[in-house]
Amino acid sequence: MGKFLVRRLLSYLVLIFLASSFAYILAATTLSPRTNFEQLQPRPSQEAIERELDHLNLNDNTPLAERYATWAAGVATGDFGQTITDRSVNEEIARKAGVTLRLIVVGTVVGCTVGVAIGAYAAVRQYRAFDKVTTAIAFVVLAVPTVVIAVSMREAARWFNDLTGRQYFQYGGEYTAGLDAGFWGMLFDRLQHGILPTLTLALALFAAFSRYQRNMMLDVLGSDFVRTAMAKGLTRRAALLKHALRTALIPTITYFTFTFGILLAGTTFTEKIYGWHGMGAWVVDSIVQNDVNAVAAVTCFMAVCVMAASFLSDILYAWLDPRVRVS
Amino acid sequence: MSMSVERAADGAAVDEARVPGRWSGVLYELLRTRRVLFGLGILLALSAAAWIGPLLSPWDFTEADILARREPPSADHWFGTDSIGRDIFTQTMVGLQKSIIIGLCAAVLTTAVAAVVGAFAGYFLGATDKVLMWITDLMLVLPNFLVLAILYPALRGQGYIVFVILLAALAWMVTAKMVRGMTISLKEREYVLAARYMGVPDHKIIFRHILPNMSSLLIVDATINVSAAIIAETSLSYFGFGVQKPDVSLGSLIADGSTQSLAFPWTFWFCTGLLVLLVMAVNLIGDGLRDALDPQAKRRS
Amino acid sequence: MTGTTTETDPAVDEPRGSGDAPVLEVRDLHVTFPGSGRNPDVTAVRGVSYSVRRGEVLGIVGESGSGKSVSSLAAMGLLPDHARVSGSIRLHGEELLGLGDRAMSAKRGAAIAMVFQDPLSGLTPVYTVGDQIAEAVRVHNPRIGRADAHRRAVELLELVGIPNAAQRAKAFPHEFSGGMRQRVMIAIAIANDPDVIICDEPTTALDVTIQAQILEVLKTARRETGAAIVMITHDLGVVAGFVDRVQVMYAGRLVEVGGVDDVYYRTRMPYTMGLLGSVPRLDEEEKAPLIPIAGNPPSLADLPPGCPFAPRCPLAVEACDAGEPPLVPVGGEGHTAACVRAGEIEEHGWTARDVYPVPEIPEPAAAAVPRADRATVLRVDGLVKHHPLMKGAVFKRRVGTVYAVDGITFDVREGETLGLVGESGCGKSTTLMEILSLDRPQQGTVEVLGKESGRSTAKERFAIRRDVQVVFQDPMSSLDPRMPVFEIIAEPLRTHGHPKERLRSRVHELLSLVGLDAAHASRYPQEFSGGQRQRIGIARALALEPRLLVLDEPVSALDVSIQAGVINLLDELKARLGLSYLFVAHDLSVVRHIADRVAVMYLGKIVEIGDVESIYRHPTHPYTQALLSAIPVPDPEKERTRSHIVLKGDLPNPAAPPSGCSFRTRCQKFAALDDTRRALCLEREPELTPAGGRSADQAAACHYAEERELL
Repeated sequence: MGKFLVRRLLSYLVLIFLASSFAYILAATTLSPRTNFEQLQPRPSQEAIERELDHLNLNDNTPLAERYATWAAGVATGDFGQTITDRSVNEEIARKAGVTLRLIVVGTVVGCTVGVAIGAYAAVRQYRAFDKVTTAIAFVVLAVPTVVIAVSMREAARWFNDLTGRQYFQYGGEYTAGLDAGFWGMLFDRLQHGILPTLTLALALFAAFSRYQRNMMLDVLGSDFVRTAMAKGLTRRAALLKHALRTALIPTITYFTFTFGILLAGTTFTEKIYGWHGMGAWVVDSIVQNDVNAVAAVTCFMAVCVMAASFLSDILYAWLDPRVRVS
Repeated sequence: MSMSVERAADGAAVDEARVPGRWSGVLYELLRTRRVLFGLGILLALSAAAWIGPLLSPWDFTEADILARREPPSADHWFGTDSIGRDIFTQTMVGLQKSIIIGLCAAVLTTAVAAVVGAFAGYFLGATDKVLMWITDLMLVLPNFLVLAILYPALRGQGYIVFVILLAALAWMVTAKMVRGMTISLKEREYVLAARYMGVPDHKIIFRHILPNMSSLLIVDATINVSAAIIAETSLSYFGFGVQKPDVSLGSLIADGSTQSLAFPWTFWFCTGLLVLLVMAVNLIGDGLRDALDPQAKRRS
Repeated sequence: MTGTTTETDPAVDEPRGSGDAPVLEVRDLHVTFPGSGRNPDVTAVRGVSYSVRRGEVLGIVGESGSGKSVSSLAAMGLLPDHARVSGSIRLHGEELLGLGDRAMSAKRGAAIAMVFQDPLSGLTPVYTVGDQIAEAVRVHNPRIGRADAHRRAVELLELVGIPNAAQRAKAFPHEFSGGMRQRVMIAIAIANDPDVIICDEPTTALDVTIQAQILEVLKTARRETGAAIVMITHDLGVVAGFVDRVQVMYAGRLVEVGGVDDVYYRTRMPYTMGLLGSVPRLDEEEKAPLIPIAGNPPSLADLPPGCPFAPRCPLAVEACDAGEPPLVPVGGEGHTAACVRAGEIEEHGWTARDVYPVPEIPEPAAAAVPRADRATVLRVDGLVKHHPLMKGAVFKRRVGTVYAVDGITFDVREGETLGLVGESGCGKSTTLMEILSLDRPQQGTVEVLGKESGRSTAKERFAIRRDVQVVFQDPMSSLDPRMPVFEIIAEPLRTHGHPKERLRSRVHELLSLVGLDAAHASRYPQEFSGGQRQRIGIARALALEPRLLVLDEPVSALDVSIQAGVINLLDELKARLGLSYLFVAHDLSVVRHIADRVAVMYLGKIVEIGDVESIYRHPTHPYTQALLSAIPVPDPEKERTRSHIVLKGDLPNPAAPPSGCSFRTRCQKFAALDDTRRALCLEREPELTPAGGRSADQAAACHYAEERELL
């Protein structure tokens, strides 16, 4: 088991490193950090530009292999280099990763739980009003890109705030900068800011998971073991909850791995639209700013997240399904 | 209803000698599925509007009516105008064209790549599988939004066919894994073994027996990929990484309109509404197809 | 680890048909599944009535689609909501039809219990078996504590014969074999001392030796609970020895009802006759062709008026189409049959052979030449196939080696059929796949038509493929559903460059050879019945005029009446085309019927091989003896008086076979030996040694091989 884990972690590491390298090389060949400095007003001297680019390991006159080697050597010691504004990428990651992780974790937990619960219940009430309504809602939500959900919710909040004349919802940033209102005040402020972005992420997840869980549930509804449970004397409802739902949860775990990539893309839009300074927003910003090192770092972070999610769902899978446990 | 279906079939022996051919049954099933008809209807109507609309409109999509800036919908400008006086109807229809073309092409390409990679990996297993699945995993780890966002602007000169290829190149992985899983189980089917033992070469078996037998999965997946591609294009264009000015797409229109949707709702809601309608139509078709093609899913609808 | 020999007692305890009131009484039951969309309604059960008393065993026999399962699900209240049920089902006089789910769930599992067919999918995979049994206890006794319920679960597991019950209760269903899971299902069924136990094909998915065990457990269950048992099955052998009364169902109706002897020996309904005539018999020495019933069961969606069996019935007269005949008394007490000509049948004392046309099968030409002088078509020498045993889906790793095929040797001569028999997991299918792959085996050699596998060029290999063809078990999955029949049969021809202009004529020729219409060529496999599909599979296999046909359980997925037709066809083709067959099957009756020689496999090894007559008449290996004795014979008298060897336990783990003789852990002979003689079995692996004596062609791998008459 231990040996197995080590092997799996190693292969994860290799994949993450390759993905980051690929992103680095891609960014280094297509982005042009030089223009950032050339467009400064007043324009710095040519020597100053070269010096700055060399300092940041972004000089396109240096051969790519050499730049890559420098970058890779840094990464090997855990240093992702400097951003284009000469700040430590590591420090930026430390600051931004927390923002994104908070968003992902809360959004995922809320979205998946609600989605699974509603999907399972809809399956049990197949063809009844509850099933029809939730299916219709899920269908519409699935057709709306996260960008549109985020923008619409922001506009709706703006409209609501205008209507009531009070700032019930906040849609700029993660918290009010410089606010000093004690623990509860701060918490409330964070909630005000957090509710819309979290809801945006959760809504898309809810739609996907309720559809999926409904289908999985319907698949096991007619299975032999549910019939056995009823033949024992369980009522239909008890058989469904205890035997069908528990078994139908297993494939949903695999589904989570598949949706995780989409979820990550979703955080990009959400953070960008709600003005959160997380990793997702950094994806867009770093590309716009020609920030090669940041692009590579973001890629690395995303890869780690994907791997962690897939590892987590493997563990959950083994926990939920005795058939795959190693004895 | 599965138990009942099996039992009923068991009870009836469903006179197997006189079941109609598979495809005619599927066709009937499709025509009976209201969702598919409904979805197809919307899709056709949208396509017709997207291509005929600009011809009917007196405005060109790049042309600005300087006298009419941010005008609400009127007889002159059916969907109103934007901040520099361009006709939103024409722009939206041109954007819709782009979304439809990109969605369809990218989906077909994605599914084709996924089918080939998945089927070869699943059929041959061993080293082929290891290599192909390793590449798949690597591609899955790469944040595709980021790669697209970096690459596309660099290649924008080549037109949006490049965009289609890029989208497909970054979206085939999950389907490929599914195809691989199905291939592994199909491979054990006795008709595949029979073909192998009569000496049919492997690549012929894949294209003759394996892929046709998962056509329902592939067709359904292709429709899902259509909506995924449309959404991806919109999102990228929203951030300015997709279709570039002066060209327009639904994404870039939504981006323009989003900031002023309260004051000038026509700049935002027409393009957004049409986008949602388009994706929903495609999803309806996909969902209906799944029910018609996959007997297991029939009872889900 | 002992084998037991039990005499089957004709009346276990209760006297048959004792006078007390019936426990379960079904009157005029109708079940209709409304069709969705363009599909018409399906009436699966049409007016079924029966009753069972305490301690009585009632058999319901019928082929798939006869409505036998649906009627019992109706009694349990387990039919889906949209099924329309009418009539009356009374349990202890209380009407069950129309009860709500809550009221019904109080009956289910308490007064009326059910054992289902498929033990593999019948238990929830995520709970331990102990919990699942305890749940059955607790749901009807909510006040019983968790610990007490668990204790009761362990007791029940012991009762159904699971060794080491306290520990095994903590295992999950996937860690149990099929037979063990079926025992668990029975434990759940008897947990609350029900008054009726409905068994829906409880042994169909199991091997014969396990089937014998399960039937024993059911007998124990009846003794312990005194419950009435309703035994639903398609197997006329199982019913013969187990039940008191039989009812035969066809197209949703009862067509013959009576005491088991009456129905078997004084059959009055042509359908029942046909069923009995089409079963290959283990106990019949001479090789008479089987008697198939022509045609297929009717669709229940749109039944024409008249007797539903009339279109297939050799005795049909005009009166049969007038209306559906009711069950009328014929002779013996409580014996009724639904046939307008029942009186005539009784009068003349007709049997299946008098009523049905008996097909003629020519004698193969090769039979005239002594075996030793015939060419060898297939020679397998010391074949070994081991594969790694992987565990875990997420954390996959190798935990051992499965000795799937562990050194087997046999040959097949021209015009000969070798039957390869054994229970599931014995390696017979692996052997086939190894032969068909034409790859070099891990060890040993395979020689097909004189060419050694793995030593030929790709071109030679391709040429050999022409001469070796295969027919698979499952007629559903052996034909590509996306191809019309013409393409399916033409595929081997095209692959091997058959002239294009003669393709059509060849396909038509093949279709008529297997008894199908050339007009069928443009249809898809789904449009055919199971038997017809198997014929298409045979046509495809014969397309290239092979010399050796490898058949992997070719008839085990078919109903008996259809199976008989396919077996006859295979017999006929062999004689006409001079084919050699390697015939893999688990059904020893079928093998006795079709094979010339037979090899019995156990745990990857051949334990006994020889000509059919010798092996079936005087088997010498204890395993062969146990196998033969476990097969029920469709003859109530013989079944009751026959001695059965019931093997203990399951097949050992093929990744960790026992030392010495691999059969010793279950061997009834080993159990009877003293320690000094056992030492040999423990230490040395027995080799195949000729039995000598009566038969020249018989060899067994047993240190203490000894002849024994079983039939």
